[in-house]
Amino acid sequence: MTDKTAITLTVNGREHAISVEPRRTLVDAIREDCGQTGTHIGCEHGICGACTVIVDGEPVRSCLMFAVQADGKKIRTVEGLANGDTLHPMQQAFMDHHGLQCGFCTPGFLMLSVGVIEREPDISDDDLLDVHSSNLCRCTGSQHLIKAVRAAAKEMRGK
Amino acid sequence: MTPSHQRTYIGRSVPRLEDRPLLMGKGRFAADISFPDQLHMRVVRSPIAHGKLRGIDTSAARAYPGVHAVWTFTDVAHIPPIGFRLTGLKELEPYRQHVLARDHVRYVGEPIAVVFAENQYTAEDAAELVEADIEPRQVIIDASSEPGFFDGTQPTETSVLRKGYGDIDTAFRNAHAVVSLELSIGRHTGVPIETRGAITRYDEQRDILEMHGAAKVPHWNRDQIAQLLGRKRESVQLYEGHVGGGFGIRGELYPEDVLACYAALKLRMPIKWIEDRREHLIAANHSRQQHHKIRAAIDSQGRILGIENEFFHDNGAYMRTHAATVPDLAAAMLPGPYRVPAYRAIGHIRLTNKTPCGTYRAPGRYETTFVRERLLDAIAAKVGVDAIEIRRRNLIGTQAMPYRLGLETLGTEIIYDSGDYVRLLDKTLAAIKWNALQEELRARRSKGENVGAGLAMFVEKSGLGPFDKVRVEAAPDGSIEVITGVASIGQGVETVIAQICADTLGVDYTQVRVTHGQTDRIDKGMGAFASRVTVMCGEATRLAATKLREKALTVAAELMQKNAEQLTIVRGQIMSNSERHGPSMSLGDVARARGGGLVAEDQFDSAHMVYPYGVHVAVVGVDTATGAIQVEKYFVAYDIGKAVNPMLVEGQILGGVAQGIGGALLEEFLYDENVEPLSVSFADYLMPTARETPPITVLLSEDAPSPLNPLGLKGAGEAGVNAAGAAIASAIDDALGIPGAVRQLPVSPQRVMAILKNR
Repeated sequence: MTDKTAITLTVNGREHAISVEPRRTLVDAIREDCGQTGTHIGCEHGICGACTVIVDGEPVRSCLMFAVQADGKKIRTVEGLANGDTLHPMQQAFMDHHGLQCGFCTPGFLMLSVGVIEREPDISDDDLLDVHSSNLCRCTGSQHLIKAVRAAAKEMRGK
Repeated sequence: MTPSHQRTYIGRSVPRLEDRPLLMGKGRFAADISFPDQLHMRVVRSPIAHGKLRGIDTSAARAYPGVHAVWTFTDVAHIPPIGFRLTGLKELEPYRQHVLARDHVRYVGEPIAVVFAENQYTAEDAAELVEADIEPRQVIIDASSEPGFFDGTQPTETSVLRKGYGDIDTAFRNAHAVVSLELSIGRHTGVPIETRGAITRYDEQRDILEMHGAAKVPHWNRDQIAQLLGRKRESVQLYEGHVGGGFGIRGELYPEDVLACYAALKLRMPIKWIEDRREHLIAANHSRQQHHKIRAAIDSQGRILGIENEFFHDNGAYMRTHAATVPDLAAAMLPGPYRVPAYRAIGHIRLTNKTPCGTYRAPGRYETTFVRERLLDAIAAKVGVDAIEIRRRNLIGTQAMPYRLGLETLGTEIIYDSGDYVRLLDKTLAAIKWNALQEELRARRSKGENVGAGLAMFVEKSGLGPFDKVRVEAAPDGSIEVITGVASIGQGVETVIAQICADTLGVDYTQVRVTHGQTDRIDKGMGAFASRVTVMCGEATRLAATKLREKALTVAAELMQKNAEQLTIVRGQIMSNSERHGPSMSLGDVARARGGGLVAEDQFDSAHMVYPYGVHVAVVGVDTATGAIQVEKYFVAYDIGKAVNPMLVEGQILGGVAQGIGGALLEEFLYDENVEPLSVSFADYLMPTARETPPITVLLSEDAPSPLNPLGLKGAGEAGVNAAGAAIASAIDDALGIPGAVRQLPVSPQRVMAILKNR
């Protein structure tokens, strides 16, 4: 399993020419080969969603995708959300509403939320709850987190 | 005490200092740390629950390209088993765990070998090639049936814990009636979303062994690692980065941590170990599983005359760092907020062929609050009064405070320091409009819905000593650093400690950096557990910051040619008390004048814990066709003495409630008849998501500040989880109209269907 394939991952607009084994997961490539450790690994079986990133506009679980499958695709991770020192409205809302505690699941939730609201700005509160039940947070009990997402959704719609 | 006019931050829900890096993807969690030329460690684990380890063939793994070493017990035979951090009874010592299995395996997941390779993928490939020859032995699965023997020789009943006071036999002799219950709590654990990890390296030049990825109790772990590896404690340093959730499980010293440390010394290369989720679910501490046989002697009014409880604690395969902590707390905290004139607890601490246990948030209390509150409900049913009235008749009154329970735990005598339990119950009933709620539920039930409400009360413990030490430093740029030996597991330590420091000193809280979990920055520390940080480190911070303030004012008085008493500090500026617009100098100026630094250190010692208390109310609906239970809404009232940051306290409670709901309805480590674990992924071990977590209302109360520290602080960490199993069980009874229906947690759909079938 050591034959490597040359691919290019575009992470937050920056191209990374890397060489990976076919079995290498996208999350490992983002973290280890591209050095972007903001995306976290929580379960490696596609349930917790801590590794959620946006690939060509869709939130995906980067532990369930091989790096080679993302060759040439546009990948957005938590590191690309803020504009310099100015937080993205979703990040700001998480801070304002105490939507995070330990912060480990946070990048996954941020990317899930941003991806979904960009795709479906008028998503209902109830559908938001459904979408967010696809990721796991063990600290917050979800209440403040969902409040933050709803507040940011409003803010993002306003723009 | 901090003058009240200076309470700019204490009591206010200011934003967290922790948030920004975490939101930007700039956290430093264990897996984010790497060193050049590091080797990746992969643990080979027993696939058999109980057996004699006849041999391990590592030749294929050793020959695999990219593998540097493969170890079995013989390579680490000189390392003693890991010791006890708390409640370490002597008789438990033979049950400690070696870092690799010696001649027997006792649970699926037990480390039997370890592979070091140049990358994670190779390490995992090679680990697959390790072959163990294990002769299966008779498994032990149930801690409440007859104990057996491990390895053919060691009895699985390790110890019997006895606690009590009063004349229990007379209480039962004089009883008007006796109420008896048998109750079980399932096997759950904290399951933080970050798995465990350790990154180690040895600096030969300085002779320092470093471990990164430390959590919870870095100083104790440092001392223990040094002892196990035969090194001076100063030559081992632990570094805590960001920690992705604690909940009791994370940060205890585990076999893997010791292996990673020893490997860095032995192989002279940095070692990185990050466990995967399956490993986490079968190898990191489990908790909770107990079976209780409880009886109460009552008078004709339902007043408790005495309680006797015999329980069986399933500690899994070994005694880990917590030793007897969980059963000890279970026995000691069971009486809760009620007057129990006579009490006897007998706790059988037993081992089985399951993953070894430790604590999980509200250890011993989630369990015994469920047991005690089930008992109160049963007493109410026996004497024909409602759930509220039976509690009123038994609650400890304010005139009895401080209340000496007559029991000890964690090396401290239990004295409830302050509390007005009746008042908090009244506040709860008013806030949730209990009578109207009952009406509404009755109306819905009459239309065929299975809905009900349950209430449970509890006393928590927090602020465990014996000490915490803090150093506060003011730098020439005016920034303040608080250095402490506590740890952050995501709960907001940096913000809360900065708030206390800022108010005491007279600076902006965002100017205060809190350094924690670094053993090379402060010589001792107790860490973060038992809801202790805000109380112990908070008061130590207040003491040290008070000293620093006095020092700064003394220096400034000289420079400003005033008396120190005439000066105050406002937003970091030292100025005259009377003329706020007159000349001033900054704390940074003073630090500079002192040659670059201003330092003060102090320690808070406390021999007693503080005791916050609370009430939970759950409203649930049961689908009698499927057995599914939905928690419709949830309410927690909690008296915290004094909340430093109410937003963070609420956050702690909300998160705790979700975990409590998980334990009550969803989460359970299940095993088959060979004690093969069945809950090995997040698809099997179900935790509540946003969908399963109902709207939760929190009522924070400050009626009973602690008299044991000047700010009146009590802890928040375990309030949300404590009574969740109890309140939900009671609500399910109510929804089904079957008093005492719930006798086992979690109440899975299958168990609901069984209740309905047997009704």
